[in-house]
Amino acid sequence: MSKNFAQGLVCPLDKNNVDTDQIIPKQFLTSVSRDGFAEAMFYDWRYLADGSPNPDFVINKPEYQGASILLTRENFGCGSSREHAPWAISQYGFNVIIAESFADIFFNNSVNNGMLLIQLSKTNIELLFNRCAQGPQHWQIDLQSQEIMFGNNAALGFNIDADIKQRLLSGLDFIGSSEQLNPQIADFEQSRKASLPWLG
Amino acid sequence: MGQAIANATTLYQKIYASHVVGKLNPSTDLLFVDRHLIHEVTSPQAFSGLKLANRSVRRPDLTYATMDHNVSTQRRSIDAAGETSRKQLEALAANCSDNNIPLLDLTHPDQGIVHVIGPEQGLTQPGMIIVCGDSHTSTHGAFGALAFGIGTSEVEHVLATQTLPQQQAKTLKIEINGDLSSHVTPKDVIMAVIAKIGTAGGNGYVAEFCGSAIREMSMEGRMTLCNMSIEMGAKAGLIAPDDTTFAYLQGKAHAPQAEHWDAAVAYWQSLYSDADAVFDKTVEIDASSITPQITWGTNPEQVIAIDQSVPSPASFSDASKRDAAERALAYMGLAAGQKLTDCKVDVVFIGSCTNSRIEDLRAAASVVQGKQVAAGVRALVVPGSGIVKRQAEAEGLADIFKKAGFEWREPGCSMCLGMNDDRVEAGQRCASTSNRNFEGRQGRGARTHLVSPAMAAAAAIAGQFVNIAANTEYNVTAAAGAQA
Ligand code: SF4
Repeated sequence: MSKNFAQGLVCPLDKNNVDTDQIIPKQFLTSVSRDGFAEAMFYDWRYLADGSPNPDFVINKPEYQGASILLTRENFGCGSSREHAPWAISQYGFNVIIAESFADIFFNNSVNNGMLLIQLSKTNIELLFNRCAQGPQHWQIDLQSQEIMFGNNAALGFNIDADIKQRLLSGLDFIGSSEQLNPQIADFEQSRKASLPWLG
Repeated sequence: MGQAIANATTLYQKIYASHVVGKLNPSTDLLFVDRHLIHEVTSPQAFSGLKLANRSVRRPDLTYATMDHNVSTQRRSIDAAGETSRKQLEALAANCSDNNIPLLDLTHPDQGIVHVIGPEQGLTQPGMIIVCGDSHTSTHGAFGALAFGIGTSEVEHVLATQTLPQQQAKTLKIEINGDLSSHVTPKDVIMAVIAKIGTAGGNGYVAEFCGSAIREMSMEGRMTLCNMSIEMGAKAGLIAPDDTTFAYLQGKAHAPQAEHWDAAVAYWQSLYSDADAVFDKTVEIDASSITPQITWGTNPEQVIAIDQSVPSPASFSDASKRDAAERALAYMGLAAGQKLTDCKVDVVFIGSCTNSRIEDLRAAASVVQGKQVAAGVRALVVPGSGIVKRQAEAEGLADIFKKAGFEWREPGCSMCLGMNDDRVEAGQRCASTSNRNFEGRQGRGARTHLVSPAMAAAAAIAGQFVNIAANTEYNVTAAAGAQA
């Protein structure tokens, strides 16, 4: 799938303030690897005390198996800076999250993992939840034209920061692009040493 | 937004501008990072990424590591919190030694929570940009540093380049004037601020705290305040440095030494928001209106004054807040209209990067002195660092806690997030001085109430929440322990 064009089943997670402790609880943070977090996503909501799947949790419902677009509400990803949260979500199979708002650090972490986070007004989020209430939805997301397409020519536009759009479309190496400024970094270090010598 | 008008700029804008290395594109700057703090949980994947790409650590001398999240607070042994924890701690030790990064490991007498040790070691200084793979990096803003949490990809980026791509944030001024009542602590102040602004109200902003109540606060209190600015969604919290700041830093291990001290102070004195600087948003609070606070729900904005009743979900006009309140009450095992002063507690936790400094322990000890932890209550005090621990022992505070029936622990994050074996059991109610009351944060099904150290101490003694403002038996006094 190209970065420009995502399409897939939408899973509606009708909650505000979903925090990183819910997205991935601390017992999974002892790993030293970047992989293996999909099973742990939303652990306390997703599994019952005996470890079996909680049939009432939306992610576990048969009609949402294979979903790749997560729809949620306000302040998604609040709490800690753990990048394990976007790792878990993306390893589970979501590559797009649509919400009314996101916590800053979670937003950056997700973008750094090539995920598309779309922020919409409360009214539009409500509209999308209403659509989901009518039955499982398959939407197409066009990052180039910044549109969510519902089929039958219906579409909803979204805003995205121009730099982030560019980064997602080009898939540029995050560190590599900063390293192009290595000479300026060296200059900065020199002048810092001269003017604020105690900083080293 | 966030643009300076004419020459008047905010403190945030000054720090930002002085760290621009270059532009990556029209809206993104590359900023230099003065101090990079790392710990075991969010760094291993960054080091492996670095290795994979054949990159090295650009400035190990500006990087500093500690072990905190995943350590046992029962005994100082690398394997005391289990096998996977041991592996993670060993990975940090190996990564630090391979890259010449100084590390406060478990054998070091000053080891502690990253946001406690940074200031104690003098690593945190005014005007700096400080980052760490941890959201409560906002704590260091108390010194007039721009300090914020980053994810692991960004940790890798800073290790490789000592810089971070950033865009200008919006500015929020929180002005608190007036005097705080004697039983009201900085923890109550920040909880009252969060109640007013909401958990998402600070999203996209850097908050600067100012006003006479802030000027009066100690560095410990300012750190508590900035620590929880992330709980209102702010990217960072900031307080302009002043004589209190300079006095705290003088003589600290990594603070500017004698030959540079005067120049450093002169530079620090230039760090303030201009009188006519324009903020994107301003909030004013009267300090004398703040009373002891307590959370009743599962996010930090679900907070009331201890003498108020638990709100009814119907009282929220916003539908989603109403739903959240209903869910929170069910999770917390509470009913609308209930008084929390009628609620029994099972566990009391005094610790975390919010409230584990010496001043916090003094306040708690003054409430505890000469009393006993109520039967059936498990109470623990976890000092933030080796330095705090030694000082509390020297002042006699540790003895007060131990005599009263508190467990006196080794430094670490402990029950703030229960990554080690310090957990709250399902259904148990905990009075906690930490910063997050999320579902499951302290253990699956755990019911967390965030409070100040004095309120937590009083809850331990009474076995239930107490309005310390109305109950002279639990007054905070300055006379705890053997301190002068
Ligand atoms: S004490 Fe708690 S909030 Fe602070 S760094 Fe440790 S885990 Fe995070």
